[in-house]
Amino acid sequence: MRRELHAEWTKLRTLSGTGRLLLALVVLTVSVSAVASAVVSCPRAGCGHDAAKLSLTGVHLGQVAAAMLAVLTVGGEYGSGMIRTTLAAMPRRTTVLAAKAAVLTGVTMAAGTVAVLGSVLAGRLVLPGSGFTLAHGYSPLSLADGPTLRAAAGSVLYLTLIALLGLGVATAVRNPAAAAGAILGLLYLLPVMAFTSSDPDWQRRLWQISPMNAGLAVQATTSLPDLPLSPWAGLGVLAAWAAAALLGGGLLLWSRDA
Amino acid sequence: MSTGTGTPYRSSLRTGRDGFIHLLRAEWTKFRTVRGWVLALGAAVLVTVLLGVLLAAGSHTSCSKGPVEAPCPPLPTGPGGEAVEDKFYFVYRPLTGDGSITVRVTSMTGRIRLPDETPGVRNVVPGVVPWAKAGVIVKESGEQGSPYAAVMVTGEHGVRMQHNFTHDTAGRPGKVSGKSPRWLRLTRAGETLTGYESADGVNWAVVGTVRLARLPDTVRIGMFAASPGDLTVTRGGLGGLSAAVRFAEVTAVFDRVGLGGGVPGGAWNRQDVGVTTGFDGSPHHPGGFVESGGTFTVTGVGDVAPRADGSKIELPLTGTMTGLIVVIVVAVTSVTDEYRRGLIRTTLLASPRRGRALAAKAAVIGAVAFAAGLAAAGIVVPLGVRILRAGGNDVLPVAALTELRVIIGTAALFAATAVISLAFGALFRRGVAAVVTAVTVVVLPHILATTSVVPEGLSQWLLRVTPAAGFAVQQSIPEYPQVIGHYAPAAGYYPLAPWAGAAVLCGYAVLALGLAVLLLRRRDA
Repeated sequence: MRRELHAEWTKLRTLSGTGRLLLALVVLTVSVSAVASAVVSCPRAGCGHDAAKLSLTGVHLGQVAAAMLAVLTVGGEYGSGMIRTTLAAMPRRTTVLAAKAAVLTGVTMAAGTVAVLGSVLAGRLVLPGSGFTLAHGYSPLSLADGPTLRAAAGSVLYLTLIALLGLGVATAVRNPAAAAGAILGLLYLLPVMAFTSSDPDWQRRLWQISPMNAGLAVQATTSLPDLPLSPWAGLGVLAAWAAAALLGGGLLLWSRDA
Repeated sequence: MSTGTGTPYRSSLRTGRDGFIHLLRAEWTKFRTVRGWVLALGAAVLVTVLLGVLLAAGSHTSCSKGPVEAPCPPLPTGPGGEAVEDKFYFVYRPLTGDGSITVRVTSMTGRIRLPDETPGVRNVVPGVVPWAKAGVIVKESGEQGSPYAAVMVTGEHGVRMQHNFTHDTAGRPGKVSGKSPRWLRLTRAGETLTGYESADGVNWAVVGTVRLARLPDTVRIGMFAASPGDLTVTRGGLGGLSAAVRFAEVTAVFDRVGLGGGVPGGAWNRQDVGVTTGFDGSPHHPGGFVESGGTFTVTGVGDVAPRADGSKIELPLTGTMTGLIVVIVVAVTSVTDEYRRGLIRTTLLASPRRGRALAAKAAVIGAVAFAAGLAAAGIVVPLGVRILRAGGNDVLPVAALTELRVIIGTAALFAATAVISLAFGALFRRGVAAVVTAVTVVVLPHILATTSVVPEGLSQWLLRVTPAAGFAVQQSIPEYPQVIGHYAPAAGYYPLAPWAGAAVLCGYAVLALGLAVLLLRRRDA
């Protein structure tokens, strides 16, 4: 396994897109979060906004970079034919996938931590200017606060799980463009379906199974009882999606020709 | 032994120029022989239709009659075929032939119910909503939706002349009070109705003249009052906005009432047009009428206007976005795969004029995507509307041409998106980058705007300046300035007119394709 890990790390490290995507992950997450913290205002006490969730808004967009990094890791190999060399050198295919997943997890977690810390810092600096002050019932964002820490750590895990979900889908689909379309559809279209459905039961059900909605429940720090799922259970739904995608991708990789 | 020189080999094929038709044929052959693309486009149609049908089948509406659920009564429709709101308090006399009515309005007051501050306690405050209306009217009959013309004073929009629900002409602005009363007059001459207003009853100004086609000889003429509900928009629990309409009523005081022409003497008739009844048979929020010494006090609830709430025919088109993502992937890969496999070199060798090669590709992909969009929308709109109606939902009726525009517009949306994606594919030469960019500029702004993730002002701008403006072709019910509604992208109202939105999208498609042609010419392949 060590050789596989080393090989995958070398490949990911030397790809031209990796650095750019990781930079995009950090920049998109932090900048969108900062803009959201600046634009949404809290004019009076009891304005009902969730400050921690607001300061992590950028994860909505940063996740695209995480998913695309995953697509690049495996889809890029299919695109260039590199996959045949990889599998010739390392014939144990599931180990290859596991190594890819491990390397991807490490890289995404590192970039995700930077992105989330940057977002929380931006929120801490910007939010008081938008009316999120002690007078309106908001203490400054701090990771010493239990729910905020959970939201921040959960967001890092969320980005990592999205990358793993992307890896599973890309392994199954192989064509990088189709994999990108499939992941974007899975992430963004289920919430739209939930939103347009007029039946409240269906709305809740779709919300509960949508990887983005359920997974981002981990960012909620206020009105938790109103959520269809508790924060960690929501992240669990996303973890189930990622596990299923990796399992399916792994089975296909194991059983198909390359 | 022959020593003559042999004729050099000549192909028996005719030499021809690389005509555009040949290029089109070549690109079409490339497209149709890749099974994955054809299947994917089929899947795009299928998924668009299935999602629409699922959504339609999941919507049910019924009206409760006390403890039992009952089907809702059909929506009244106006002379133009559109669904209308036609609920007002009507004080009238029959009019045969030509005639007129003149009144003075001296007061307009009302009550509005606001969101409860103490749960369970009705929070009713005095006030008049902006489009509360009271005035004089000539109406064909007491039937809801029958033709009419009216001159009225409104809460905040001054004097108006309106007819047949969708037409509205402004008169003098200003509110009515005891100090500044408003005189109104409506005359009928055959099918022509003319509205006048005056500040003093001496100097009259014409507000408007309208023709009501095939108005019968005997009609009703009189006074009316109606007040639409008060609209509040609140943020929902799972994100998104929900609009609620609360009860509001208006009371107008008329005096100096004068009738001219073919109006027989006798008492005034009264009708609470369109009043809803509770399950015990008593009217719910009834209007009223009091006459004392030539002063008429009329109280009314409701509105005489086109209807904006109800399901719209574009609701089953929600799956469009999913279909579009598939189309984006197919269009992008149709060019990036040529780079992956090196086929692009053969293509450009066969057709050295690179711009024409890409144009032919765009034409084929655009046409194929158009066909897919036409098939999807052509199936799902009529089918979805039928399913919605079967589920008891009120679907706002639209003209056949509007329905056709929604369907063809959706096909155009597919085609233009395909061309944009193809151009991105040629620009980036990498599938992932092109797919992500295309989804980000075409689909994502629409999702952000319609699910109220971003503030409403920003939503409006996103749907003006990004390619997502093209979704405006799917809007079937226009915004009516004389009806207060929740005209937000989240409610299906776009900031641009349908064809203007389509033009923005097509402009982007042309721009992207032009850029792609430029770069294809300059770069090596």
